[in-house]
Amino acid sequence: MSIRGTEIRIEGLSQRYPSRKEVTFNRVDLTSPPGEALAIIGRSGCGKSTLLHILAGLTRGTEGRVLLNGVEVTGPSPRWVMMFQAPHLFPWMTVSQNVGVGLSFGRWSKKEIEERVTEAIRLVELQDFAGSNVQDLSGGQQQRVALARSLVMEPELLLLDEPFSALDAFTRASLQKDVRSIAKRLGFNIVIVTHDIDEAVIMADRAVIMAGSPGSIVHELDVDLADPRDRQDPAVQALRARLMSTFQEAAYSKGGALATEAVQ
Amino acid sequence: MSTTAAIAGVGGAAGWIKHPAVRRLGWAIGGLSIIFLLWGIGGYYIANNPSTQSFASFGLVPTLEAIPLLWAEGKIQSAILASSSRLGGGLLIAIAIGLPVGILMGRSKRFRDLSNSPFQLLRMISPLSWTPLAVFVFATWDGSIVFLIAVASVWPVMFSTAAGLAKVDPAWFKVARNLGAKRLHMLTRIIMPAITFDVLSGIRLALGVAWIVLVPAEYLGVTSGLGYAIQDARQTLSYNHLTAMVVTIGVIGYFLDTTLVMLIKRFSWHRGGN
Repeated sequence: MSIRGTEIRIEGLSQRYPSRKEVTFNRVDLTSPPGEALAIIGRSGCGKSTLLHILAGLTRGTEGRVLLNGVEVTGPSPRWVMMFQAPHLFPWMTVSQNVGVGLSFGRWSKKEIEERVTEAIRLVELQDFAGSNVQDLSGGQQQRVALARSLVMEPELLLLDEPFSALDAFTRASLQKDVRSIAKRLGFNIVIVTHDIDEAVIMADRAVIMAGSPGSIVHELDVDLADPRDRQDPAVQALRARLMSTFQEAAYSKGGALATEAVQ
Repeated sequence: MSTTAAIAGVGGAAGWIKHPAVRRLGWAIGGLSIIFLLWGIGGYYIANNPSTQSFASFGLVPTLEAIPLLWAEGKIQSAILASSSRLGGGLLIAIAIGLPVGILMGRSKRFRDLSNSPFQLLRMISPLSWTPLAVFVFATWDGSIVFLIAVASVWPVMFSTAAGLAKVDPAWFKVARNLGAKRLHMLTRIIMPAITFDVLSGIRLALGVAWIVLVPAEYLGVTSGLGYAIQDARQTLSYNHLTAMVVTIGVIGYFLDTTLVMLIKRFSWHRGGN
C-alpha cells in the first residue's frame, strides 16, 4: 500500500453558525505540504473541530475555501477521511466487513476489496480478529478497526478529531505512535485536532495553536524530532515544555485566563 | 457395562437434561399439558352432565379424533391455504406501506410532526370497524379481508420502523458519508441492517394483530379459510370440527411467531438479548 499525500491550502476560512451570532473562527489561513503531520491545538470551543469538519467536507465554511492539491473541497470524499473521537463501528459487521465498508460503496471488485482489507487489518495488527464481531473487541482494538477502515481507502489526508481521547493511557500512546509511523511509511498527510500537548509532540511535524474568540491561528511551532519518539526522551520533553509555554502565552494573549484543565 | 461407564452415563444424561434448550422444551410441554388436561377435564364433565351433553364434542378427545379426519379430507389444508394467502397479502401490503413510511418518519422530523397525530388517530380505530367501508369499496370478499388485515397490521410495522430509526446512532451516517456512501448505500448498508431487529419485531406484532383480525374477517361472505371453517362448523353443529380448526389456528400462529422470533434472533446485532 502506497499513498501520496496532498498539499492542504486553507484560504480565509471563516465559520459562523446561523443559530449563533458570534463567529466560531475568523479568516484562518494555513498551508501544509504533502506528507506533513499537522496538529491543531486549542481550548474547547475555539473552532478546531469545526475546522476539521470543513476540511473533511462534512460542513461548509461561511467564507473562504479549502483546497487539496489545488482542488476545492465541496463535500466528503474517500480521498480525505476523518476518524472521530469514538470509533462508530457498525455493530452488525465483523472487523473485515467494517474495514471494507468504504470500499463496498465504490466500484471495487470483491477480490480487490479482500486484498486491501487484509492489508489494512495487517497494518493495524488485528489479523487474529478479522472474523470477529466488533462488539467483542476492546476500545483500543475498536479504534484500530476505525483506523484500518480509514487507511483502506488509501486517503491522501487522514483527519483525526481527538481520536484517542476516550482510550486508556497505554493504548493511546501505542496508537499515537502507530498512526504516525503508518502515515510516514505510506506518505499521507495527517491533520490531528487535540488539546493534548503530548499527543501533538508525539504525532506531529508541526503544531499550530488556535485561540481566542472568534478563534484564529495565533502561533505555530515545528516539532522537529527524530522518530521513533519517546515521551521520556529529553528532546521530546523539552519540546513539550516549549509548546506548553507557547500555548499558554497564546491563550493568555488572545483569550484571557487559561483553564489549566484544558491542557493535559 | 462397567461401573465407571454406568456413572458416566448417568452423569451424561443429567447434563443433557440440564441443557437450557431441553429445559425450555420441558417447560413448554408442561405448560401445554396443563391446558390439555384442563380441556380434557372440562370435556369429561360436559359429556357426563345431562344438561350439557349435547356439547360433548367440544371436548379434547372428539377434537383429537376430528383432526386426522379433517386432514384426510383436505379441509384443514385448504382452509390454511386460503387463510394464509389472505394473511400473506395483507401483511405484504402492510410491510410495503409501513416500512418506507416508518423510515420517512424516522428520518424526517417534519414528516414525523405532520403525520404523528393523524396516524395515532387512525391507529386507534378498531380494524374491524372498517368492514362496512371495505365491503363497499372492494368488489370481492377476499379484497375486503386483505384490506382489513393490512389496516390492522400496518401500524406496528410503521411505528416499530420509525422507533428503530430514531435509535440509530447519527454518527453512523456521518461515517458512511465520510467513506463515500450514496443515498442507496445509506438505505441498504446502514439503515436496513441497523433497524432489521425493530422491523422484524414490528412484523411479529403485526402478525399477531393480523391473525386476530383474520378469523372474524373470514366470517364475512367468503367460503374458504379458517374463519369460514369455524363458522361453517358452528352452523352445522359439528363442534369437534370447530375446535379442531381453533387448535389449527393456535398451532399455526405459534409456528409463525416462533419463526419470527428465530428470525429476530438471527438478525439482531444487539448484545445481551433479542
